[in-house]
Amino acid sequence: MSEMYVSGQSGVGRLIQALAERGHRVIGPIVRNEALVYDEIKGVEDLPKGWTDLQEPGRYRLEQRGDEKLFGFVVGPTSWKQYLNPPETVLWSGVISPEGFVTDPAPEPPKYAFFGVRPCEVAALGVLDKVYSTSNGLPSMAGYTAIREQAFIVAVNCVEPGGNCFCVSMDTGPTAEAGYDIAITEIVHNGNMRYLIEAGTPAGAEVLGDMGNLEEPSEAEIEARDFFLTEAAANMGKTLEVDDLPELLKGNARNPRWESIADRCLACANCTMVCPTCFCNTVDDNLSLDGTHATRTRKWDSCFTLGFSYMHGLPMREGVGARYRQWITHKLATWVDQFDEMGCVGCGRCITWCPVGIDITHEAGAIRRADLRDTPIGIGGFA
Amino acid sequence: MALPKLAVYKFASCDGCQLSILDVEDLLLDIASVVHIANFPEASREVVEGPYDLTLVEGSITTPHDAERIHEIRRQSKYLVTIGACATAGGIQALKNWKDTDLFMRTVYAHPEYLETLETSTPIKNHVEVNFELRGCPVDKMALVEVVAAFVQGRRPNIPEYSVCVECKRRGTPCVMVGHGTPCLGPVTQAGCGALCPSYNRGCYGCFGPMESPNTEMLAAAWQRLGVNHRGLVDAFRGFNAYAEPFRITSDHHEALAVAKGE
Repeated sequence: MSEMYVSGQSGVGRLIQALAERGHRVIGPIVRNEALVYDEIKGVEDLPKGWTDLQEPGRYRLEQRGDEKLFGFVVGPTSWKQYLNPPETVLWSGVISPEGFVTDPAPEPPKYAFFGVRPCEVAALGVLDKVYSTSNGLPSMAGYTAIREQAFIVAVNCVEPGGNCFCVSMDTGPTAEAGYDIAITEIVHNGNMRYLIEAGTPAGAEVLGDMGNLEEPSEAEIEARDFFLTEAAANMGKTLEVDDLPELLKGNARNPRWESIADRCLACANCTMVCPTCFCNTVDDNLSLDGTHATRTRKWDSCFTLGFSYMHGLPMREGVGARYRQWITHKLATWVDQFDEMGCVGCGRCITWCPVGIDITHEAGAIRRADLRDTPIGIGGFA
Repeated sequence: MALPKLAVYKFASCDGCQLSILDVEDLLLDIASVVHIANFPEASREVVEGPYDLTLVEGSITTPHDAERIHEIRRQSKYLVTIGACATAGGIQALKNWKDTDLFMRTVYAHPEYLETLETSTPIKNHVEVNFELRGCPVDKMALVEVVAAFVQGRRPNIPEYSVCVECKRRGTPCVMVGHGTPCLGPVTQAGCGALCPSYNRGCYGCFGPMESPNTEMLAAAWQRLGVNHRGLVDAFRGFNAYAEPFRITSDHHEALAVAKGE
């Protein structure tokens, strides 16, 4: 572990200032439309002091905590992918002129600092890094790396898991182990708000060095931090049994459970849109009416839309059960074949933001309880 | 080479969708440079006779005269595109499909004997073959430009059929149902408006009609958990796209339940 420092809330504010002074656009959690979303922050006063989020399947409510915590909540409907792989990105545009075909200049990639990245989200960045490092040669995946390389990551460890959190099952939290430049743990100690701050990279150490005025934490403060983080790990809202999970899902393609999910699933695509690792996109070509100006735009897509699996005249996954099965099987099983890890980090967003509260941990558990691998119906194939 | 001829026709409707064409402002000149606006009484009194290459039809069929007229328009049109909730689903006036038309006639008009009307308001596709339907109440003006551009460029219009939720998430609007328990038709409604209402913390009213695979019964169950009764569900699904089949089936189902429970 690197050297640890401690400060009050003013230190958090100075860190935001220090990042802004280094030319980063600082993005952090703010309250908007009755939820905590990521957007630009100018100072510590923009952080959602005293707010918490109550999360259940299909339900999210903001409430006042009655204390001064800056990070007394978990994750909201937005995630960092909206900055790394924006919902709509112009891949290129250009005009046909008498001089030939001229492309418009591409904008400079923005230089962000992500402030308040939860450990599961740090893990999600790692998942996306793997996806894009293996796919960045594809024109449709371009642009991620240029933004990612410049992004400064300020992680915030979780001392209070939410109702739909299961990072312990996915081994991604509640403490960030790597993948951050600076990590913060917020604790209440002797009635004071204390922020234990550590650097994870030389860049992080440099920023902390520039800030000055950081104290050494007392033994008691470090003990309190460790205690809260250990407690958090024991208080997950959800559990996902991951042993043998890829083989379980791949071997249950014909499980009747998929049809029971189809009865409930709205195929609205919310789960994939809020997922911090779902990266599927579609590419639209647009030509101006006079045929002189072309634009190619990448947009977030979802395996829950019919258009997603449309090929040679038909959608391959017309039934909603097949679409849900595709999503969960990719996320928890075939992702491992592709990228040597699961695509799920246990943040719980897909559970909270499903309008009808379908729970990925519950559905995976239901398949496990009704495992059909040893019966004839369970053998391969697609329903 | 002569430009393709564009015609715009109106049936039972409010004119709002046609006005969306005029509302494209700067792009109107671009449209006029790629198609000959041959028959568009709302824009010009000059009418060039058919046949037409691209015909946009607004409004629903509510009179015997209109039921005849649409066939003549179809005969005059190479491509016929219906625009708006009236033309694609029967519109808000399709609420009369559940009521007694004679009673309306006697109540509203001093001399109903001068009127000829049908018992129903129905979409254009129930009467003639339609090449493409552009949804919305009203349609989105840029989607109209896309339809014209696609026609001129000889391709299929790029109009999504997935849910409004996709647009909400792309623009970063937190879900109003999950976030504050506001009933919303977004999960069963086709995208196209840019998820306007939820961005103002309102639920979706279903202006663009049913999405590609709408699970209306499950959404209705979720609304009931938010405290909406069967009568409230009937009212919600009987809006601008009341007569679109998935919405119609769901509203009929909950009307029967509302009657049974005395709501």
